[in-house]
Amino acid sequence: MTGIDPKSSLPESPEEASETGTLAARISLKQRGGGIVVPALTAVVAFLMGGLVVLATGHNPLLAYHDIFDGAGLNWVFHPTTNLASTAAYNLSQTLLQTTTLILCGLAVAFAFRCGMFNIGGQGQYFVGIIVANWLGVSFASMSPLPHILLCVVAATVAGALWAGIAGFLKATVGAHEVISTIMLNWIAIWVAEWLFGDGGPLQNSSNPSVPVSNDIADSAKLPVFWGQQELQGLHVGLFVALGALVVFYLLLNRTTLGYEVRAVGFNPDAAAYGGINVRKNLIRAMAISGAFAGLAGALDMLGYLYHEGQNDIPVSSVGFLGIAVALLGRNTAVGTGLAALLFGALLFGTTHGLNSTVIQPELAGNLTYIIQGLIVLFVGADVLILYLWNSRRKLRRSRPPLPAREPA
Amino acid sequence: MSSWAERLENPVSARLRDPKLTGIAGIVLGVFAAFLAIPPIQARAILWPILVGIIAALFGIWTVTRGRRRLGYGAVATGILGIGLGILATRSSVSNLNAVFDPSLIAQMFVFSTPLTFAAIGGMFSERSGVVNIALEGMMLLGAFWGVYAADKGGSWVVGILAGAGVGALIALVYAFFAINLRTDQIVGGTAVNFLALGITGYFFVQLYHGNYIPQGVSEIPNLRIPGIADLHFLGPAIGDLNIMIWAGFLLVVLSYFVVFKTPVGLRIRACGEHPRAADTVGIDVYKVRYACVVLSGILAGLGGVYLSDGEGSGSGTFVSNMTDGRGFIALAALIFGNWRPAGAFGAALLFGFSSALALRLQVYSASAATLFNVLPYVLTLIAVAGVIGRTVPPAADGKPYKKQ
Repeated sequence: MTGIDPKSSLPESPEEASETGTLAARISLKQRGGGIVVPALTAVVAFLMGGLVVLATGHNPLLAYHDIFDGAGLNWVFHPTTNLASTAAYNLSQTLLQTTTLILCGLAVAFAFRCGMFNIGGQGQYFVGIIVANWLGVSFASMSPLPHILLCVVAATVAGALWAGIAGFLKATVGAHEVISTIMLNWIAIWVAEWLFGDGGPLQNSSNPSVPVSNDIADSAKLPVFWGQQELQGLHVGLFVALGALVVFYLLLNRTTLGYEVRAVGFNPDAAAYGGINVRKNLIRAMAISGAFAGLAGALDMLGYLYHEGQNDIPVSSVGFLGIAVALLGRNTAVGTGLAALLFGALLFGTTHGLNSTVIQPELAGNLTYIIQGLIVLFVGADVLILYLWNSRRKLRRSRPPLPAREPA
Repeated sequence: MSSWAERLENPVSARLRDPKLTGIAGIVLGVFAAFLAIPPIQARAILWPILVGIIAALFGIWTVTRGRRRLGYGAVATGILGIGLGILATRSSVSNLNAVFDPSLIAQMFVFSTPLTFAAIGGMFSERSGVVNIALEGMMLLGAFWGVYAADKGGSWVVGILAGAGVGALIALVYAFFAINLRTDQIVGGTAVNFLALGITGYFFVQLYHGNYIPQGVSEIPNLRIPGIADLHFLGPAIGDLNIMIWAGFLLVVLSYFVVFKTPVGLRIRACGEHPRAADTVGIDVYKVRYACVVLSGILAGLGGVYLSDGEGSGSGTFVSNMTDGRGFIALAALIFGNWRPAGAFGAALLFGFSSALALRLQVYSASAATLFNVLPYVLTLIAVAGVIGRTVPPAADGKPYKKQ
């Protein structure tokens, strides 16, 4: 795109790589240093280490992973059917349900990353989306379906954008680090949600005041289900919205002035400012767009299959945090985020509700997901290590004289 | 009252003329106004909080006109808030007030603040040396689980404390390797540690205890009953019978203040956090200092975790999945709110601990309001980082990996 051979700008050593300032610049280096190979390797190593934990605690890791694979419904590809009476098909539909959410939560992290910011507040923005979608979905019950759905989705998306925009605004105006402010905003959103849906809260259900759960949204606000039945948590059309969001993410970043400015600020804010780009405006804008993705995730979950939110569900939810792993593993690209979301969606459902195993209990396997997630994030973050290995391989190849007889095996 | 004001108007020493003093006095008075109707004072007349609150606000205005704007406005705000809360308190029923504000509230404040203190002081060492530590949550959680596990299997709370500190050090060592040697982005690395801790503790809790509960009769960290004080009227229930970890926490704050600000070691730590290149030039091994500080932060956060599970944090000798539930992040907030200083972090931990203890008791008024009360630490920290009242400033090289030349 820049007209320069990407290989020529590849750093010669990890030292050189780490000198190039911002997070986004380092990430872009990583991207050039290995394409899909590195994230795939990262995931494999994380799964291997997770398997070691399983082995060490006296379970067979191969059988365990096999059961998780089936639990996620990925064995559906061997016997494809649209009939949800088949366990594989049902599990796959549930995995895709999780994938929908994770794509959007991943994009929420990825977009800010491309502007050089770490949006750790996806969870809070997601809950803001949940709250607004539930509130509007329960109210206005007399609306006709399409306007009602649009109202809920747009309002929740805007609310998520505003919530994240606070962090962007604070960074742009007073220089408050976005990590600190998004962590605080997360917990504020979580406690406000617990208050709203909890005992005596404004959004608690009107029928049974002893149960800390919200009202169900009106039927007119429920998203159409295209695979399965609404009552049985079928797959809703939000999946296509999420896939569309991937395309929007790609086009916005790579084909618009806005995206160009966002990426320029991400690579080097000083250079961007010198080039006449309003850095502050872009910081706020990138954060708001990030939050919009997470808010949209909340709206789709609420309108698509949750329909209500309980106080006790709030601390258990971790999709916003999983979004971090999704974005990092997906290298903050559209395609990568989509694939990583599928992987984590499969893990999330395959290790918990979908798992039917004699080898490993769902309670154990569910925690295995966190372990694998942690390992992936840990290794993905270690770009210098990866770059170092990658470059030493390149150097090895380059320094070797091109003698066919000494070609390595 | 007037004589005190006169003394401020006509100071005996130059030091008293400093508007900073008036501002602080205003804030103290504002807080005092809110507590007038509450035991042990229990002034029931509505006049008292209004009067004291107005005086606090006046002090604030005086401070503003003398150039200390933020402090002054802070005092004005505290005064007005004090009047509001004070009036609310005088109108509340005495029995409710007694239920909320008995002396054991102070003891409970310490119970809630101590894990935060340990983790926040740990975070301070790490961040003062230039390594951001958002992994406090994970380090605490690991300390909490393995601490109570060791106390259960080892049969002694001492083993539990050692194990909690040890596992904290171990995970900190891993984090330090990634953050310092591999120069991983520290936020990414910290996030990874938090996920790992959640997974590891959850996994082994299910594996070792079937995810139910730790059996009864685990050796718990004991309380320290002070013979003279324990039987006193107000002080007895407040501080007469506190856990030894609470006292250790007090000691830690004092000790870490001296280490960080009064010793050559502390100077080295701060040099690595402010300007590692300069520190390197004068012969300080930046990596070694940062390693030591990160490991220390792991040990302290681990200890905070052990107190949580095996002290009296959320029930003695127990563990539940994701037990810390954001306390590591509150500790981080306390550290930031306290401006990366031991006394500041301790003060913030006390404030947050007090608000948690109060939230628990406010349920006699309304369960709903008590839940909402929990946002207070986070809102205050957000305001602090936004710079509305006194900006907080992190160490200059905090979060920036350093590369040796």
